[in-house]
Amino acid sequence: MFTPERLAGVVIVAGLMSSCATSRTEESLPSARPNLGLAADPTLVSAWDISIPPNGAGLPPGSGTAKQGALVYVAKCQSCHGERGAGKPMDALVGGIGSLATDKPVRTVGSFWPYATTLFDYVRRAMPTTAPMSLTNEEVYAVSAYILNINGIVGENDIMNAQTLAGVKMPNRDGFISDWPARRR
Amino acid sequence: MTSSSRRYTIPGSDPARLVTSANPVGRRDFLRTGAAIASAAVSGVVGAAVPARAAESAAPWQKVPGTPAGAYGQPSEFEKSVTRHVIRAYPEIAPGVGSTLSPIQSFHGTITPSGLHFVRNHNGTPSIDPAQHRLLIHGLVKRPLMFTVAALSRYPTITRTYFIECAGNSGRNLAPQPQQISAGVLHGLISNTEWTGIPLSLLLEEAGLEPGAAWLLAEGADSASMSRSVPMEKALDDAMIALYQNGERLRPDQGYPVRLFLPGWEGNMNVKWLRRLKVTDGPTHTKDETSKYTDPLRDGKALQFTYEMGVKSVITQPSSGMKLDGYGFHEISGMAWSGAGRIRRVEVSTDGGTTWKDAALHGQQLSKSVVRFRFPWEWNGAPAVLQSRATDEKGNVQPARAVWLARYAVDARFHNNSIASWELGADGSVKNVYA
Repeated sequence: MFTPERLAGVVIVAGLMSSCATSRTEESLPSARPNLGLAADPTLVSAWDISIPPNGAGLPPGSGTAKQGALVYVAKCQSCHGERGAGKPMDALVGGIGSLATDKPVRTVGSFWPYATTLFDYVRRAMPTTAPMSLTNEEVYAVSAYILNINGIVGENDIMNAQTLAGVKMPNRDGFISDWPARRR
Repeated sequence: MTSSSRRYTIPGSDPARLVTSANPVGRRDFLRTGAAIASAAVSGVVGAAVPARAAESAAPWQKVPGTPAGAYGQPSEFEKSVTRHVIRAYPEIAPGVGSTLSPIQSFHGTITPSGLHFVRNHNGTPSIDPAQHRLLIHGLVKRPLMFTVAALSRYPTITRTYFIECAGNSGRNLAPQPQQISAGVLHGLISNTEWTGIPLSLLLEEAGLEPGAAWLLAEGADSASMSRSVPMEKALDDAMIALYQNGERLRPDQGYPVRLFLPGWEGNMNVKWLRRLKVTDGPTHTKDETSKYTDPLRDGKALQFTYEMGVKSVITQPSSGMKLDGYGFHEISGMAWSGAGRIRRVEVSTDGGTTWKDAALHGQQLSKSVVRFRFPWEWNGAPAVLQSRATDEKGNVQPARAVWLARYAVDARFHNNSIASWELGADGSVKNVYA
């Protein structure tokens, strides 16, 4: 027969067991905060920060034109992207403007990419594939200007720099529909 | 073919005397043999039929000492054919650009061995010295912070089993004609392993988010400096800074020493060799979230930021290129997963989608993780079309191929989660078909 004391003991033990069970579930997140991050030096941060959003924030000093960029393109890009961006073996960089709603869409920098800043960002960080980050900022501006020019988006002598590049309106600027926050598929 | 699909034979034994279900030892024979052994043991007399040395009935490898265990284990030499399928788009000029697909047709459980996990690289796997690697968190934060790998390794960690799937998986099944290649080459940009790492929310909390902090820009330390934008909602939900996979440090192909892991979201966003997280007020619109990994529609527009991988399944046994050895019992088995949560149901059709029956789900049924489904089947020898259809806990149902195709532009090639079909011929051969 349970005395009140014994009954209380049973309840306490049961309570301990259930609290152990809940505090150790797989879903619980750690509560410890080691705080081991070191204060990052502002000069280092700006040197590492190479990503360029559509408003052009963070574009470096320097400038270039399509005319100058043509030389860079022939020397550093043409062997993979073909004459005047025609493609083969790698992606074509030119053409397809107006083709996206047809049954033969051609997706290139000119026809598909929504922002010129993405072109600068990608060329600077990843191109050429055989020697990434080997181009100077001047060369990246110039070759970006060249690719925009062969697509008929900027003039041969238009100067691309931190101010003008973000102002370039790409033909497919309004061609994307954000799926975030996610809709059901 | 894997060992489990081979007939099991015992070397050195007489196949005619093997006990099989077709030729069971009669109970009477068994009793008689047992009685003879028992009487020999009691009398101490060894019968003429009993060999003088045990060696005569032993397998060759029982009679020589085995090799000492090596420092790092490897699969059996008889399983050498179970490897990833390597695709190099530009072998001469950019060998590091390409995909390496998991041989899912050889998988039988839910976990992908680390060495068979798929790889999609944009300019090769970097060789990173962990002592020199750093992770920088900056942007809209109160305290820009730099972390060494040693420091990250001291943080409390969580362990979860998650799939990761490349958004380009099953893109080959969008070719005009069905390609006669294995399930792995068609659908093998999916893998499922255990990941251990730091909840990203801990590190963001340490840096302190500023007002307006809505997105992250995540960047890798590879020679593509692969970068993607990540909504803050995901970063603060279940995002992880992964350090370990299947109990060991990440493999170089999987982002050693630090990887961003975003459960259930397209593989490309799970930035490997993570070097930098910049907190921003909007998406950066990087190359891989504009010109690639977006989903073009028929009206010329394209869906962008389609992150969550759709509910999906694929039959791996039997699958394209295999041959059933005779009619009778065959187990239909495969993998199912969903970026939205748990798999609730997998149905199997053996008549090209006319009728469906529930398959059994095996393995732990975890959120955003692969389950194994199995369906016992008696094949009557007639041609059949095998399909599987998964449903997740949110009620999402894997779409038919025609339904999926109707949603997108003709050149769409990402996020194909449509139902795959295998045609079984009367001769037992299995072909990839569009049904």
